[in-house]
Amino acid sequence: MTRLWRRFKRRPMPMAGLVLVVAFVLLALIGPLVTGDPTAQDYLATLAPPSGAHPMGTDDLGRDAFARIAHGAQVSLQAGVLSTLLAMAVGIPIGLVAGFYRRWLDPVVMRLVDVTLAFPFLVFAVGLAAIIGPSLKGVVFALGFSQLPAVIRITRGEVLAVREMDYVAAAVADGAGDGHLIFRYVLPNCLNPLIVQATVAIPGAIIGEATLSFLGLGVQPPTPSWGVMLTTAQQYLSDAPWLAVWPGIMIALATLGFNLLGDGLRDVLDPRSGR
Amino acid sequence: MSLLEITDLRVGFDTEDGLVQAVRDISLTLDEGEILALCGESGCGKSVTAMSVPRLLPPETTRLSGSVRLDGRELTTLPEADLRHVRGKEVSVVFQEPMTSLNPSFSVGYQITEVLRRHERLSRQAARSRAVELLELVGIPAPQRRMKEYPHQLSGGMRQRVMIAIAVACSPRVLIADEPTTALDVTIQAGVLDVFRDLRDRLGTAIILITHDLGVVADIADRAVVMYAGRAVEQAPVAELFANPRHPYTLGLMNALPSAAVGGRLAEIPGMVPSPLSDPDECAFQARCPRAQGDCRAARPPLERHADGHLAACFHPGGKQ
Amino acid sequence: MLWFILRRCGSAVIVLFLASVLIFLGIRALPGDPATVMAGEEASPAVIEAIRHEFGLDKPLPAQYLDYVGQTLTGNLGRSTQDQLPVIDIIAERLPVTLELSALAMLVAIVVGVGAGIVAAVRRGRLADYLATGFGLAGLSVPHFWLGLLGILLFAVTWRVLPASGYVPFTQDPGQNLQRMILPALVLGTGFAAILMRQTRSAMLGALSADYVRTARSKGLSEVKVVGAHALRNSLTTVVTVLGLQLGALISGAVVTEQIFVIPGFGKLTVDAVLTRNYPVIQAVVLITVIGYVLVNLLVDIVYAFLNPRIRLSGGAND
Repeated sequence: MTRLWRRFKRRPMPMAGLVLVVAFVLLALIGPLVTGDPTAQDYLATLAPPSGAHPMGTDDLGRDAFARIAHGAQVSLQAGVLSTLLAMAVGIPIGLVAGFYRRWLDPVVMRLVDVTLAFPFLVFAVGLAAIIGPSLKGVVFALGFSQLPAVIRITRGEVLAVREMDYVAAAVADGAGDGHLIFRYVLPNCLNPLIVQATVAIPGAIIGEATLSFLGLGVQPPTPSWGVMLTTAQQYLSDAPWLAVWPGIMIALATLGFNLLGDGLRDVLDPRSGR
Repeated sequence: MSLLEITDLRVGFDTEDGLVQAVRDISLTLDEGEILALCGESGCGKSVTAMSVPRLLPPETTRLSGSVRLDGRELTTLPEADLRHVRGKEVSVVFQEPMTSLNPSFSVGYQITEVLRRHERLSRQAARSRAVELLELVGIPAPQRRMKEYPHQLSGGMRQRVMIAIAVACSPRVLIADEPTTALDVTIQAGVLDVFRDLRDRLGTAIILITHDLGVVADIADRAVVMYAGRAVEQAPVAELFANPRHPYTLGLMNALPSAAVGGRLAEIPGMVPSPLSDPDECAFQARCPRAQGDCRAARPPLERHADGHLAACFHPGGKQ
Repeated sequence: MLWFILRRCGSAVIVLFLASVLIFLGIRALPGDPATVMAGEEASPAVIEAIRHEFGLDKPLPAQYLDYVGQTLTGNLGRSTQDQLPVIDIIAERLPVTLELSALAMLVAIVVGVGAGIVAAVRRGRLADYLATGFGLAGLSVPHFWLGLLGILLFAVTWRVLPASGYVPFTQDPGQNLQRMILPALVLGTGFAAILMRQTRSAMLGALSADYVRTARSKGLSEVKVVGAHALRNSLTTVVTVLGLQLGALISGAVVTEQIFVIPGFGKLTVDAVLTRNYPVIQAVVLITVIGYVLVNLLVDIVYAFLNPRIRLSGGAND
C-alpha cells in the first residue's frame, strides 16, 4: 500500500488531480456551511457584477452566485458518488453471477448489457425524466444505469480470469466453495480496475448531471446546481456574462481533477488497461 | 579490405539509472560470402553490435562512437535519408521473433513487394512475380497461394522463412540474422539453417549470425566471435575455436553443452554477469573464472594472437580440458 | 466475412426487439391512463375515447405490442400532442438537421483528434506531445455546452463574427447554413476530438514500439511510410472501436448543442417533448435513437472486422 502511494506521489499530474479532488470534496462538504443562503433573493441586486459582497455576482433573482456555487458542489458530488455506488451495488453481483454461472446466465446477462448499451445515456435519462419527472434522483438513476455495463464487464472479466488461475484450481481441490472464491480471490482482484473505473465514471457523472440540469431535466430550481446556473447564464448572456464563467470553470476543475487522478491511479493500480 | 569493418565500436544507452555501456570497443571484420557468428549469453551486447550497422537502435537514447565501414563507406555518420537506401538493400535484418516481426494487418505478398518496390523500382506485376520467386527460394511450398495469406495463418517456421525472403529480396551484401532459430522447434531449425547456407552459396551473401547456441555455430558458421559483457573475448575460425578454445569463458560455454555433460550433470558457470553500469579496469570474467589470479584483477587483458586468425583476451588462457 | 455480418445482424435484430419491448412497456408504465397520456392532458373525453380505440388500448398487451410493431413498420408513429401533426413528419423534418450537425462534428473530431494523436505519438515527450495531451485532457474535462456558451460569448456577442443561433436549411442557403453550423460543430466535435486524440496516441505509441515497426524501418522505408502505413494501420482498429463507443456521447452532445444554439434538430425535439410531456414524440424519438445507435454499432463492428484480418478470414468464430 505504501509502495503504491510512493509511486503515485512521484507523478505531478495525478497529484495535482488529487489536490483538485480533495478541494472539490471539501468545498462540497464545508462550503455550504460557510457561505450564505443560495436561495435568498435580493431584488435590489439582480444581475450584479462581481463585487466585495458578491464575489461572483448575483443572478436574475439577486441570489448570490458564490453561495450557489458552493451548494452546487454538493449536488455534483452527490450525483457523481451516488450514481457510481449504485452502479457498483447492482453491477458487481450481476457480473459475479454472470461469470460464475456461465452456461445459463452469462448469455442472458450479456444480451441485457447489449440492450443497455443501445440506449445512450441521455436518451435513457430523457425517458426516465419523462416517466417520473425531472429530479436529482432520476439523474442518479440514469447515471448509475449508464455505468452498469462497464461494471458488469469488469467484474465478469475478473471472474473469468481468476477461474483460470492455478491457485484457484488448487483452492477448489482443497474444497473451497464459491463464496470463498468470491471473497478471497475475485473481489480483491476486481478492486483495482473498479477503482479506476470509478475515477473515470465520476467525472462523466458530474458532467452528466450538469448537462441534464442545464436542459431542465435534472435538478429543478431553486435547488442550486452548476448546470442550472448555466441555464440562467445562457438566458442573460449579454447582460451578465460573468454568470457563465464560474459554474463552467468549477465543472471543468472538478472533472479535470478526477481525470488526472484516474490516469495516475490507472498507471499505478492497473497498468494493463491499455495505456 | 573486407566487406564490413567494425573498428572500436562503443555503444551506450541513456537510462534512468545512468549510462549503460552495452558494447565496449568491439572490432571485427566480415568478408564476402562469410558466415560470422556472434555468440554469448543474453545481454553480452551481440545484438547491439550487429544492429549498429544499419543503425536500428533507438535514436534518442543511443550513444554510439567508433567506425562501421561497408565497402569502405562510413555508416555511422551517414545521414538518415542515405541510410535508408542502405537498409533493406545492402544491409538487411532477420529478426528473432517471427510472430511479432511481421505486420499482422498486411498480407505476406504485400510485405515482400514493399521492400522490392522501395529499392528496385519494380512495377507491381514484376514485384509480385519476384516475390513468388523469393518464397520458392526460401523453400515455402505453394508460394502463389501464400502471397495473399496473412502472418497469423502461417506456422512459426514459415513466418521465419518469409522474414528471410523479405531480407534477401534486394540481394543485400550483408544479412544480419538475430537469433533466427531460437523461437523455432529444433526440427524447423535445420531447415532455416539450410536456407542460410543456400543463400551464401547462391548469392554470395555475407551473414552475421547472432546466437547463443553453440550447436548452430558449429553447424553453419565460418568464424565466430565470443562476446562477454560488451567485449570480444575470443575470435577464431570455427573449427579452430572448437578444437582449441583459449578463453575460460568459451571453455565454460562448451562445457555447458548437454553433449559435454559428465555423469549426467550439466556444468554451469557459477556467478553472474557484471553490471553494465560500471567498467572497472580488470578482466570482466575474473569473478567467475576458475583460472583467475591476481593480475586478472589488476588490469584488463587485451586481445592477443594465439594462432592464425585466433585471438583471445586472457592472461591465463588454456587448452581444452 | 459474410457469416460474420449475418451473425452481427442477427444480434442487432435481437437487441432492437428487446429495446422496442422496453420502450413499449415504458410508455405503458406511465402513471395514469395511457389514452389520456397519449391524447394530452387537455383533451376531451371523446378524443380520449377515440385515441383509446385508435391505438387499440382496449386490447390485451401482447396484441397491443403487435399493433405497435405493425404501425411502426408502416411509418405510423402517432401524433404529437402539441399540434396533432404526424410524428413521422416532424421527425423527417428534424432528423437531417441533427445528422448534418453530427457529421460535421465528427469530421472535426476525426481530423483534429486523430491528427493530434498521431503527432503526439510520433513526437512523444516533446512540446507537441504535451500540447496535444493537454488539449486532450481539457477537452475531456470541460463540459462542452459551457464551451458553447463561451463560444457564443466570444464570437457572437463580443466579436460579432458568427451568428449566435438559428438555423438555415442547406438547400435554402448553403453559405448561411455552414456559417451557423461552424460554432456548434466545433463545440460538439471538441469533446469527441479529445477522446479520439487520447486513444489514437495510446494506440500509436503501442504500434510504434512494436517489432513490426522495427522490421519496417530495417527495410529502409521512409518514416512517413512506417508511421502512416504500418503503425497507423494497426491503430485504426482501436480508433474505430472508440468511435463506435463514443457515439452515445455524440448524440447526447447534439441534444445539448442544439439547445444552446437553438437549432431545430432532433435533439431539441427530444428535450421539448419531455418538458411538455409529449409522449408519442418521446416514444418515437427514443425508438429512432436506439435504432440509429444499433445500426451505427453494427457498422462499426463490420468496419472493425474488415480492418482486422484475423476476424475477416475466420468469420468471427472466436467471438
